[in-house]
Amino acid sequence: MDMAVSNHETAGNLGTGWTAQPADARPLAIEARGLVKSFDGTRAVDGVDISVPEGAIYGILGPNGAGKTTTLRMLLGIIDPDEGVRRVFGHDRPHDIGRLIGYLPEERGLYPAMKCVEAIAFMGALRGLPLKEGRRRGAELLERHGLGHAADRQIRQLSKGMAQTVQLLGTLVHQPRLVVLDEPFSGLDAINQGKLELMIRALAEDGVTVIFSTHVIHHAERLCEGVAIIAGGKVPYAGSVEAARDRIPAQVRLETRAREGAWLSFLPPDTRRNGDFLHFPLPESGIEPLLKGLIEGEAGILSLSIERAGLHDAFVAIAGEAAARQLAADNEGAGA
Amino acid sequence: MTQQTPRSRLTALEAAWVIARRDFVAVLFSRAFLFFLLGPLFPVIVGGLAGSIGGEVQREAVSIEVGLAMSSDDTAAMVAAAEGLAPQLGQSLPALRPVPEAAGNPDFDARAFMEARRGNYAAIVTGTLEAPTLVGTEGQIARWQGPVSLVAGHALAAEPTAFPSVLPDPVAISAASERTTRIQTAQIAQMLLFLLTMLLAGMVLSNLVEEKGNKIIEILAAAIPMDAVFMGKLFAMLAVSFVGIAVWGLAAFGLWSAGGDAITQVTGFDPANLPAPAVGWPLFVALGIVYFAMAYLLLGALFLTIGSMATSVREVQTLSMPVTMLQLMVFFLAAYTIKQPGSALEMAAIAFPLSSPFAMLARAAMEPEVWTHAVALGWQALAVLLLVKGGSLLFRKRVMKSGGAGRDKKRRGRLTA
Repeated sequence: MDMAVSNHETAGNLGTGWTAQPADARPLAIEARGLVKSFDGTRAVDGVDISVPEGAIYGILGPNGAGKTTTLRMLLGIIDPDEGVRRVFGHDRPHDIGRLIGYLPEERGLYPAMKCVEAIAFMGALRGLPLKEGRRRGAELLERHGLGHAADRQIRQLSKGMAQTVQLLGTLVHQPRLVVLDEPFSGLDAINQGKLELMIRALAEDGVTVIFSTHVIHHAERLCEGVAIIAGGKVPYAGSVEAARDRIPAQVRLETRAREGAWLSFLPPDTRRNGDFLHFPLPESGIEPLLKGLIEGEAGILSLSIERAGLHDAFVAIAGEAAARQLAADNEGAGA
Repeated sequence: MTQQTPRSRLTALEAAWVIARRDFVAVLFSRAFLFFLLGPLFPVIVGGLAGSIGGEVQREAVSIEVGLAMSSDDTAAMVAAAEGLAPQLGQSLPALRPVPEAAGNPDFDARAFMEARRGNYAAIVTGTLEAPTLVGTEGQIARWQGPVSLVAGHALAAEPTAFPSVLPDPVAISAASERTTRIQTAQIAQMLLFLLTMLLAGMVLSNLVEEKGNKIIEILAAAIPMDAVFMGKLFAMLAVSFVGIAVWGLAAFGLWSAGGDAITQVTGFDPANLPAPAVGWPLFVALGIVYFAMAYLLLGALFLTIGSMATSVREVQTLSMPVTMLQLMVFFLAAYTIKQPGSALEMAAIAFPLSSPFAMLARAAMEPEVWTHAVALGWQALAVLLLVKGGSLLFRKRVMKSGGAGRDKKRRGRLTA
């Protein structure tokens, strides 16, 4: 699978090990090129390219303050980019196709005095759904998600998790074709996080494109076909989850009887010891030469496992690499 | 590429309607609206108390005088009869005062005297005790015809069995004096307009701050254009204000029906005596409503912009203070120019959008031309649109940002230099 994603500075930034993959045959739900946004002289987003095919689940990953929310706001037309173009279902002005989009902002908000079903209907009305139909669908959605008993309760009477679910249902009530969720898992307990993952999967099965931002990587790893990693306002990586994982060498975990010996010289220099275990990236030469060295050096292998890198490792490596590169570039600029 | 379907978005009007409908219902059934309705009660109570206290103290000084321009015997008889009746009838009788200019002057012309608005008489009695004539405006004649007949009857006989009929002699106020009296209408209209707009603009501001507190503003901004959000909010509050005005109007009508005379007695203010505006009462009332709407929309749009940029109630108060002061200044400017029609200052007050509705309402009271109002209303509507557009642009540019997350290259450069 391919997210048909490229970054305008990918080749320069990422060096070897990654190339843009050929374009997906599916039409694009979102296409952004060179998005730039500054606030008071501060570049919050600095040349972001994203392409998301229709029907995909796509993750925008990044540490806090990386520019995820600003990117999403630009994609949705809440704010305009200073530079670059964005298209949602082929339209430059996302408001023109407001009925096709559902958006859950990071800062959850509902009118406290409104009844749940009214809140959902109102959010549908904002997207063009008649109030009467919104109430009918709202009641149905609440029932389906176990909140039927709360339909006539005021928002202020709900728990935080329930209110968040109501808002999510309000995001979906008009049956959008693109759902954008900004940090949807934050503030939810483990059970509700699981429910939300199921909802996202169900949406994708119905052909809805889902984009969500998060700084908790394992949600993206479980759900997404593709991800864009944002760090310092740039996108150092955008592509499939698999390709991101492949960018990091597999990790070897080794347990030996001997603690010292000549066999240690066969281990890579960045080997870390954690209790009885040694951790190091799989050498480029492969496992066989290593095994031979360990055996000849009488390491006394008790256990050895090779684990493929997770998205979290890839994220840390890519984001860290991007941050280091940016710092070096800034220092160079300051020195000049 | 997906093509735009015919109904893939709400029109700006539809979007504004969604916001307006929600806000209207929410505000109408809120406690804030109750306080809004009670708002004018406080100045009325304070004014009423002050008026009654002041009225007691100055009753003699402000009592209404009816002049006597009769023969000296008749004048003396009228004064004596009035003094005899005063203990029983009190304030129902006017204070009868001989007109000094008429004493010993057979050519004294009471009509000319009234039209020149000399003296301080509500009306003047001429003729004889048997056939008195009352000279004054129609309103004053209607009010004092009965009491004058009563006094004349008692002047003729200690225990009268019949009362002479009083001949009315209404006067038309001269153009010059009419202008002077219309200023009063203009001033009252301006004051009403100012109080209403300030009350409402404050409400729209607190409504938006509450919305920001609820963090729903981003959902609105994502779904529909921000200017539609602003427009919806403005018109919702305008509709709320019309409900409020209707309630106040009904309450005032009820109060007036129940005790209009008492209110006139205590306050000394009789709306029946208010000079008719130059454009006539029906058009003046209609223009008053339209100018109120414009004044509110202009100030409301300004306050919405401020409210959308502020992050807390305290910040709103700080930011809105200069605007409130500005509004006071433009009100004073408009009030000041009432007496300077056609001056450069009046033109400036008309041209400046925030003072324009006030200046133009005063103009409606003073000048009969109507076309000027069409021009002014067009200009004010344009100013509203520009303010809303500017406010929504500012909101999108300055408010929807996620803090200082990005990298400040200049700052970093300084730190590493």
